[in-house]
Amino acid sequence: MASWGEASESRLIGKRISRLSGADKVTGKAKYTFDINRPGMLYGRILRSEVAHAQITALNLSEAEALPGVKAVIPLTEPGKRIRYHGDEIAAVAAETAEIAADALKLIQVDYEELPFVVDVEEAMQEDAPQIREDWPGNQSKPGVREAGDLEAGFAQADVEVEATYHAAVQTHVCLETHGHVAEWDDDGNLTVWASTQAVFGTRRDFARHFNIPENKVRVITEHMGGGFGSKFGPGAEGRAVAELARKAGKPVKLMLTRAAEHLVSGNRPSMTQHVRAGATKAGKLIAYDLRGYGTGGFAGGAGFTGPYVYHVPNYRAEKFAVAINAGNARALRAPGHPQGAFAMDSLMDELADALGLDPLAFRRMNGDDNERRNRIRQQEYTIGAQEIGWHRRNAVPGSGEGPVKRGIGMGCGLWGGGGGGGTHVRVAIRPDGSVEAVTGTQDIGTGIRTVIAIIVAEEFGLQPEDIEVKVGDTAPELPSGGSGGSQTIGSVAPVIKTAAIAAKQKLFEKVAPQLQTTPEELRASDGKIYVASDRMKTVTWQQAAGQLGMETISEDGVWDEELRVGDVAGVQFVEVEVDTETGIVKPIKIVAVQDCGMVVNRLTTESQINGAVIMGLSYALFEDRIMDPQTGRQINANLEDYKVAGTMEIPEIVAIAYDTERKVTGIGEPPTIPTAGAIANAVHNALGVRIRELPITPDKVLKALAEQKA
Amino acid sequence: MEQFTYVNATSVEQVPSLLDGGKWGETMIIAGGTDLLGELQEHVETPKKLVNLKTIPGLDEIKEDDSELKIGALVTLSEIAAHPMIRMRYTALAEAAHAVGSPQIRNVGTIGGNLCQRPRCWYYRDATVNCLKKGGDICLAEEGLNKYHAIFGGGPVYIVHPSDTAPALIALGAHVKIVGPNGEKIVDLEEFFVLPENNPYRENILEPNEVVTEIHVPKPSSNMKSCYVKVREKGSIDFALASVAAACEMDGMTCREAKIVLGGVAPAPWRSKAAESVLNGKRITESVAKQAGEAAVKNAQPLNDNEYKVTLTRNIISRTATMMAAG
Repeated sequence: MASWGEASESRLIGKRISRLSGADKVTGKAKYTFDINRPGMLYGRILRSEVAHAQITALNLSEAEALPGVKAVIPLTEPGKRIRYHGDEIAAVAAETAEIAADALKLIQVDYEELPFVVDVEEAMQEDAPQIREDWPGNQSKPGVREAGDLEAGFAQADVEVEATYHAAVQTHVCLETHGHVAEWDDDGNLTVWASTQAVFGTRRDFARHFNIPENKVRVITEHMGGGFGSKFGPGAEGRAVAELARKAGKPVKLMLTRAAEHLVSGNRPSMTQHVRAGATKAGKLIAYDLRGYGTGGFAGGAGFTGPYVYHVPNYRAEKFAVAINAGNARALRAPGHPQGAFAMDSLMDELADALGLDPLAFRRMNGDDNERRNRIRQQEYTIGAQEIGWHRRNAVPGSGEGPVKRGIGMGCGLWGGGGGGGTHVRVAIRPDGSVEAVTGTQDIGTGIRTVIAIIVAEEFGLQPEDIEVKVGDTAPELPSGGSGGSQTIGSVAPVIKTAAIAAKQKLFEKVAPQLQTTPEELRASDGKIYVASDRMKTVTWQQAAGQLGMETISEDGVWDEELRVGDVAGVQFVEVEVDTETGIVKPIKIVAVQDCGMVVNRLTTESQINGAVIMGLSYALFEDRIMDPQTGRQINANLEDYKVAGTMEIPEIVAIAYDTERKVTGIGEPPTIPTAGAIANAVHNALGVRIRELPITPDKVLKALAEQKA
Repeated sequence: MEQFTYVNATSVEQVPSLLDGGKWGETMIIAGGTDLLGELQEHVETPKKLVNLKTIPGLDEIKEDDSELKIGALVTLSEIAAHPMIRMRYTALAEAAHAVGSPQIRNVGTIGGNLCQRPRCWYYRDATVNCLKKGGDICLAEEGLNKYHAIFGGGPVYIVHPSDTAPALIALGAHVKIVGPNGEKIVDLEEFFVLPENNPYRENILEPNEVVTEIHVPKPSSNMKSCYVKVREKGSIDFALASVAAACEMDGMTCREAKIVLGGVAPAPWRSKAAESVLNGKRITESVAKQAGEAAVKNAQPLNDNEYKVTLTRNIISRTATMMAAG
């Protein structure tokens, strides 16, 4: 059985290693889908609904088709069908220039009868609200209920109770590279798609199904990718449209979503509203938890969130449902369901601790499940994080700081899976010239898997990461791997790469052993050399060894060895904020993120991941809010001016502690974004003595809460 | 963006005729373009012709004579923010220029454009919404989403004037030179801006064939102190929730004469004579500063979502007054 060996033996694994594509990215040499230009390529645009709810009565494309320079126009809906939200697709155009395509959109004649719409969740649940989903009476999905223990008995044992309502706004993904594709058909009916996707193989399958052609006639390429966060797992309406336009026009077509469309239609983290009542005992045990909550995932539903969360509660009932409104649909967004659930749960834990007169950290320590791996790790993380932030400095009495600008410290927790799964195929090849290639059908969505693969192979072969030619993000080699979601990539890919590298090395050792008058078992690879363990003078260079292969290339696939990866990670964050009580501005000062990372492969990119996740969590906590206008049914801030995202001025000192907990890889793309919002909310409470139960925590809410406190 | 013709102006005198004396929106002026390009791309404006001012020589100069500072309309905000003399003697202006947008925006955005920019209201900026400001029947902000809207001077339109430099320049007593078909005129900047009750469609007195070419700021006395305080949700590329420009003749901690002008709270830069009269002739103690803030917001008329702006405005006026009295 393979193992990663001891940390002390690792030459590369766990060190800080620059991203292999880093130089290409910062110099602009790296080509993203947006950068792909093909000979004769056309530009695609989509006509979108300006209204929230309507019935199409007529759709006429002929004037658009007649515009000089327009090469293809296709309908994306038809008379009789409904428009369900602002931004819903109506038709698509491919033209010689982006400007002609935009002009053509204006020539498309679409007639519709407007229908009553509802874009507010509370309004959608009113009796007189327009029914926008026939299958959901009252626009509500059937509630899902989870229960354990005996709720009434639990409350009977409780010495304190807290009842509260927590709310989180809809967050959109705001991918730096918007969704999009370049699609090209050849004369033999083969389709090549450059896609900004998190899943080249899944996207290939979906294109093949859509066009009813064999998968081997579709090739999907994603060499570099500008952010997906869970929203890019298939072609989507825009992908199917661009491939159809390309087929109809007989030319390659590029279609990237506009920034507005990116907000409107390409997914979001659903809202959350939860009413929760919870009880705890004087001894500090969370004993009862009763939740009723809902969220909106737009028209499609899928508005789940976690709760109860992280902490052990023996008696609970949690009832959750989704509410349909006329707005763009939810998609997975970096730890779907978790940040909103964690915000509410960690706020609740602090409120219970306050009611008990307990230190919130001490209260949390008492409410873990001792049988859990995560809890054992979390207890250690509490200690590390509390020391790093200086937990003792927090206001023993919340809001007791002097002056108008007050500081506070808070904390939050999160958990995640991220252990990966089987099914990845790879090729680790050693050529007679000594060159090494590692190929697999995963994709590097910015998380650094390309570099991780190089590190693992280089470690095994005694080479440097840049000696390894890594090829990912292409279906052509027919080495499938899963989509990069759920922080599953490293757990799925690394074990297979590792075992393939071991196998390839073994083959090479078998070739070399006779020359060195030893057995393969006696051989070691290090510093670009292969040598005999018991006699280091008996050595050949890597190139010389590979030369023994003659015309042969060693080419090995690996196996998904479960012992090489782990899931079920825990993370803890501590935040210090400064709140200006006169302006309501919340300014994080320092964020400490202690993240269970199993075995860190590349400390540099791991810390980058943690930093990025914390920034996204901070932005969720303080800024991001998709605002739907009840008068027009439109998203009023489908831009980056009024949809606010944290910028450089908002980023505090972030201490990313990539905590090595065991010698097994795990994915950490998502978990470090979970605890941030709850920790910030708790820090704001510690600063002010006033609790804000609604995300984002903007100045208007802070000032309102302070005014209510005064009154 | 729609197609348009693009004309390079070569002299100030030429501009009024290039503007055709036509209707609003048919021919438009472009200088830095940081506001206009957004309007064109969002189809909020669809002009047939743009007149470029950047090709006019001499409009990008900062000059000073015995009585005043003269700033050409094409001077960039970065230049103003970094100008040592402006920073020292016209501090509020330098701070306001620095508070605009981001370095990229300040590097191309001009002072003339900053004064003449259009509102940021999300209904106004949505080309599909025909709001009152664009000739429609109602201001959707009045009953709609109005977190960022006016608490003073609203009705029938509730936009806020987005300029940072305008409140600072009014506090400093600036005038603007306007060139039109009948020659030039000098107008007090305070009189330049108009409230929607007088003209719901425009934010200033400019006619479609007029252009701002220069800003004149009187030389401050040696006792003059000024500053600009802006509160925004984000630290960069964000407009003011509320801002205060203050210019005070100080004698130690005593304020001889104050000028307090607010930004981001009214459809035009909003001079608060109520705050000024509290401060005038008084030693600025904590309690006086507080009274100034309270006096300023006494007649505020918040909408559904912007009550917080009343508190915010009150607080930052007090804070600004305290700053005037400090060292």
